[in-house]
Amino acid sequence: METMVVSFLQSALGSAWPTVKPVWPLVWTLAKIVLILAPLMLSVAYLTFWERKVIGWMQVRIGPNRVGPWGLLQPIADGLKLFFKEVLFPAAADKKLFVLGPVMAIAPALAAWAVIPFAPGWVVANIDAGVLYLLAVSSVGVYGIIIAGWASNSKYPMFGAMRASAQMISYEVSMGLGLICVLMVSNSLNLSEIVMAQSKGRFASYGIDFLSWNWLPLLPMFGVYLISGVAETNRAPFDVVEGESEIVAGHMVEYSGMAFAMFFLAEYANMILISAMTSIFFLGGWLSPVDYIPDGFHWLAAKMAAILFFFLWIRATFPRYRYDQLMRLGWKVFVPLTLVWILVVGIWMMSPLSIWK
Amino acid sequence: MEFKTLLFYLFSTITVIAALRVITARNPVHAVLFLVLAFFNVAGLWMLLQAEFLSLALVMVYVGAVMVLFLFVVMMLDINIERVRAGFWSNLPLGIVVGGLLASEMAVVLSGKYFGLANLPPQNLPANYSNTKELARVLFTDYAYPFEVASVILLVAIIVAVMLTMRRRKDNKAMHSSDQIAVKAKDRMRIVKMAPEVDLPASGGDKA
Repeated sequence: METMVVSFLQSALGSAWPTVKPVWPLVWTLAKIVLILAPLMLSVAYLTFWERKVIGWMQVRIGPNRVGPWGLLQPIADGLKLFFKEVLFPAAADKKLFVLGPVMAIAPALAAWAVIPFAPGWVVANIDAGVLYLLAVSSVGVYGIIIAGWASNSKYPMFGAMRASAQMISYEVSMGLGLICVLMVSNSLNLSEIVMAQSKGRFASYGIDFLSWNWLPLLPMFGVYLISGVAETNRAPFDVVEGESEIVAGHMVEYSGMAFAMFFLAEYANMILISAMTSIFFLGGWLSPVDYIPDGFHWLAAKMAAILFFFLWIRATFPRYRYDQLMRLGWKVFVPLTLVWILVVGIWMMSPLSIWK
Repeated sequence: MEFKTLLFYLFSTITVIAALRVITARNPVHAVLFLVLAFFNVAGLWMLLQAEFLSLALVMVYVGAVMVLFLFVVMMLDINIERVRAGFWSNLPLGIVVGGLLASEMAVVLSGKYFGLANLPPQNLPANYSNTKELARVLFTDYAYPFEVASVILLVAIIVAVMLTMRRRKDNKAMHSSDQIAVKAKDRMRIVKMAPEVDLPASGGDKA
């Protein structure tokens, strides 16, 4: 792809090409970033629409259906509305940090996409330490919430920030420990290699590839990872961070207009990211479930859509966790479970019954 | 100039400025955030040295966990900045001595010929060289026992910290989830069987 574009530019620009050549890697990388982020932002917009529709149907309502055909222009209208609203600064707020908060919330949510492989070779940075990069970048996301909560200089945002950071740090532990099992069985930190490691195995040789993916041998970790992912993005039923009946909207109370929308963009971008990560680590990424259908990006998209539907489904069906129950689930259930399962997988891999040889 | 050199100067300039702002910022929360910025840029410098594992671990552990807890504590504390700054001029000589000592020691280590840093063998790494794998190999073979001992010491420190700060209050009304889950309906409520309607006695007795 790159060589095609380069040769086209060489012929088109002619003698001007040598002046463009030094900045070419920068231009090419920026183009790839736009190619990923533009569809991502579109998916975020339509995820909000889909969420309102799905929850509407589950609650026997219709959901948004007024703007455009079947209400399809609703997210565009919402975006426009938020764009033209004034961003208010509370008098006692720390102005600089108040602006930095939403920026720090959305930047990691977008930066993490650099290492996500969409199909063989379709990745901005195919680095060896991809999993570490994901963990490092997603652990930075908590700053946006803390900074926003503190800079607002108000009670509810502060409470929300405290709850959010404690919750996100706690569930990062169980997510990280759950991932260790995946790393052990796939013997790599590179995301593309983790996907390819799932294409091998006994069931894969029979043609039923989907039984060779990590979700089956690592079923408890799949559950832990998925639930921790919901808690990590502060989504219902773990949305104590912005529980309306307790602390209004948590760290977002004082925000308005586009600054408020940035937090929402970050939350939905994080949801899509978690669904992509779960698909890659446990559901075989772009691999097709059976042998005789070709692999491709559409499989990753379908798996991500299924996990996103799960996110919306549980939001409509479960009541909110109490904060102490939430902490108990993270520290007293998930962390011991993951630690035991790391041992189990380690022994399994060393025993003659190992399926990862 | 190579692009990497440019990046090096960018990262190191931001690191130095951020580190200076850590000690000059008036607001402690700003100081902590500048420290986070400094860590981030040091991670970038390590990345330039091709130590990607250490660099990402720095971001993950220090930026993602340790500094968040720092920020927590600083936000909770009501630090009186005037009082902290009061002793600045009287402590300055001692500070200069300590700082000068640190700087000169660093200079000796980095520039002197006593430690042999200048004549390290050139690194000709193969293309598929994995920093993470090499580090793991050293940690879990040559230094397995020191590594285990260090982790046990850390575990002991965690348990001690929890034990020292844990106090059981008599008036604690916390509920235990396992007790709550174990509750059965018949412990809380008794269902009494009774006929839905009772026939009045036959109209013999109530002649008024």
